[in-house]
Amino acid sequence: MCNNPLLKDPYQLLDNYIDNLPYKKENLIVILHHAQQLFGYLPDKVQWHIAQKLDIPSAKVYGVVSFYSFFTMKPRGQHVANVCMGTACFVRGSEKLQQEIENQLGIKTGQTTSDNSFSLDSVRCIGACGLAPVMTVDGKVHGRLESTEDINQVLDKYRTEARD
Amino acid sequence: MDIQLTINDISLTVPEGMSILDAARTINIDIPTLCYLNLHEMRMNNHIASCRVCVVEVEGRRNLAPSCSTPVFSGMVVKTDTLRAIQSRRTMVELLLSDHPKSCLTCAKNLDCDLQALAADLGVRNISYEGEESKFEIDKSSLAIIRDPNKCIRCRRCETMCNDVQTVGVYSAVGRGFETVVKTAFDLPLHETSCTFCGQCVAVCPTGALMELDQVDKVWKALNDPTRYVIVETAPAVRVALGEGFGLEPGTIVTGKMVAALRRLGFDRIFDTEFGADVTIIEEATELIHRIEHGGRLPILTSCCPAWVKFFEHQFPDLLDIPSTCKSPHEMLGVLSKSYYAETYGIDPQKITVVSIMPCIAKKYEAARPELGQDPVTPDVDIVITTRELSRMIREAGIHFDLLKEEEFDHPLGESTGAAVVFGTTGGVIEAALRTAYEWLTGQPLENVEFEPLRGMDGIKEAVIPIGEREFRIAVTHGLGNARTILEKIQSGESHYDAIEIMACPGGCIGGGGQPYHHGNLEILQARASAIYKEDRSKTLRKSHENPAVLKLYKDFIGKPYGEKAHQLLHTSFTQRRKI
Repeated sequence: MCNNPLLKDPYQLLDNYIDNLPYKKENLIVILHHAQQLFGYLPDKVQWHIAQKLDIPSAKVYGVVSFYSFFTMKPRGQHVANVCMGTACFVRGSEKLQQEIENQLGIKTGQTTSDNSFSLDSVRCIGACGLAPVMTVDGKVHGRLESTEDINQVLDKYRTEARD
Repeated sequence: MDIQLTINDISLTVPEGMSILDAARTINIDIPTLCYLNLHEMRMNNHIASCRVCVVEVEGRRNLAPSCSTPVFSGMVVKTDTLRAIQSRRTMVELLLSDHPKSCLTCAKNLDCDLQALAADLGVRNISYEGEESKFEIDKSSLAIIRDPNKCIRCRRCETMCNDVQTVGVYSAVGRGFETVVKTAFDLPLHETSCTFCGQCVAVCPTGALMELDQVDKVWKALNDPTRYVIVETAPAVRVALGEGFGLEPGTIVTGKMVAALRRLGFDRIFDTEFGADVTIIEEATELIHRIEHGGRLPILTSCCPAWVKFFEHQFPDLLDIPSTCKSPHEMLGVLSKSYYAETYGIDPQKITVVSIMPCIAKKYEAARPELGQDPVTPDVDIVITTRELSRMIREAGIHFDLLKEEEFDHPLGESTGAAVVFGTTGGVIEAALRTAYEWLTGQPLENVEFEPLRGMDGIKEAVIPIGEREFRIAVTHGLGNARTILEKIQSGESHYDAIEIMACPGGCIGGGGQPYHHGNLEILQARASAIYKEDRSKTLRKSHENPAVLKLYKDFIGKPYGEKAHQLLHTSFTQRRKI
């Protein structure tokens, strides 16, 4: 969730954002990205709100949200880890990397830890093939994650942050 | 601009931009299709090329081209019948079938299914692919439409119909890849969405994924219960379509045979929804005159169509006071059966079961609306079955429909006029209302009762009809998208009308969601509309206020039209609903 105390009502912020767009219905995906930043995820209520605001069917919004893996309808952890399953990363062992993270966090890909500190997802190529296998945490790329040690180091860094 | 190409070695000239599929059809070469559906007159064109059944070979192109969505170009060389094309089509259907329930024998769409017909046509004899099968819950939440996503082949015709033609937008493709399926917003059960239950999605679904709620067994039970007095009523549009279920030409009028069949099935009384339609006109015309004389809000909107009613309840809550408060004709006939008829003939209304035979799926939902009954346990209409369900009942009973001798409706609620017949097609309700309003307002007899400008399949029809010193501005629309256009013009103040007729289904009730499937052939709808007008011309009485049985009803029972008793029995109210 957004931590800025100035931003009291995310719906109001979302409406302001939409009001300032030159094209509205055409910008559904951009609006959904913005909404996900504001709310952390896209629950039914937010999707319905956007549908009403843009005067489009809710089913259409739901269809788009369900299609793109970057959109999530479930609340996410404080940190979001994405393991790259693109071809280059895959041949360099990203499947093992994924399993190792799943073991360490005690969740499956697509889930969130019970303390809400981590969510784990997978992505297709992020364009950092030279660093394969890679994962991103909160958008930051971590490459050459070949040993359990490497993975631990990265996760620990965020674990400490989560505690702080 | 025209361009030249060859298809199967035949040279042809067609307009640029035409699809290969349409080009091939100009020279009578039929390419099999499945997801493709072009209902041009309804402004629906589903050519998303998701099924890949219509693939053809194009010279110089590595892969096969989906002919429904590939435009022709000058010098194109197309082959539709090569071994590769034929085998690919068969493979596509096999793949579709590998993720499709193998329950054809017990499927409600058995023998009316496009996928089944295609598999037969393409000679699919075994399914070489064994793999994962989708498992979805069947949505039985609504009282009208059953959704079985397991039978969905992702053609998205329903989505195109609901979005582009009806502008309701209940459905969307949800998910991605193999998991994709057409669903409602947030997986809501259908009855919690803005669905109007018009049933046009059912009318275009190629498989059994979307079907009406089958209520045939409820009718059989009532007919076999000696304590029940079972009254049946039939809508105007049924009699011009029922014959299709027995191999008769579209547009064959089977009124007499239908009545005979219903009598064989064992109904105690066979009444006509058209009697209810005549009563509707008396009430609606009085309501219109009342609004004019008392400065009420205009335009008056017709309210016979339950899908249209639900549409404005969800989409235009600010206009809730302009539709006529009249119940729909079959509801009027239902309530009159349980009051006027029961009282006159000394029958306990609690023992009466009213069954409506309708071209419509939304009527199933309408009959269950709590306000449409005299008390919670006595709905005006108990059971609604569609034209399709009736033809199945007739077959189940082993009745040779085409050999039946014609019979007449029962008195007194079986008498009707030509005005009531035309209710079955777009423009008909307003035409019927004008026939009565004209004579009431001018005191002069109306010589020509046929209002040509209000007829035909144009999506929005407008006319200015002079009645006495006043000019009536009339609009007629069919298809909910067209209705939306008109209502938005009223909201914005751009257009002013005195009366508007709206029917949810393209073509009106003759194109209802419960009619025999047209499989994309809209000439069938034209034939049914022509039959409606033919039936009207065959009637001696063509104005609702001349129906002697209706006049007797008012004299003996209702009293004044739009009066106290009329309000209690024949009028209803509307509810604001959430837009999903």
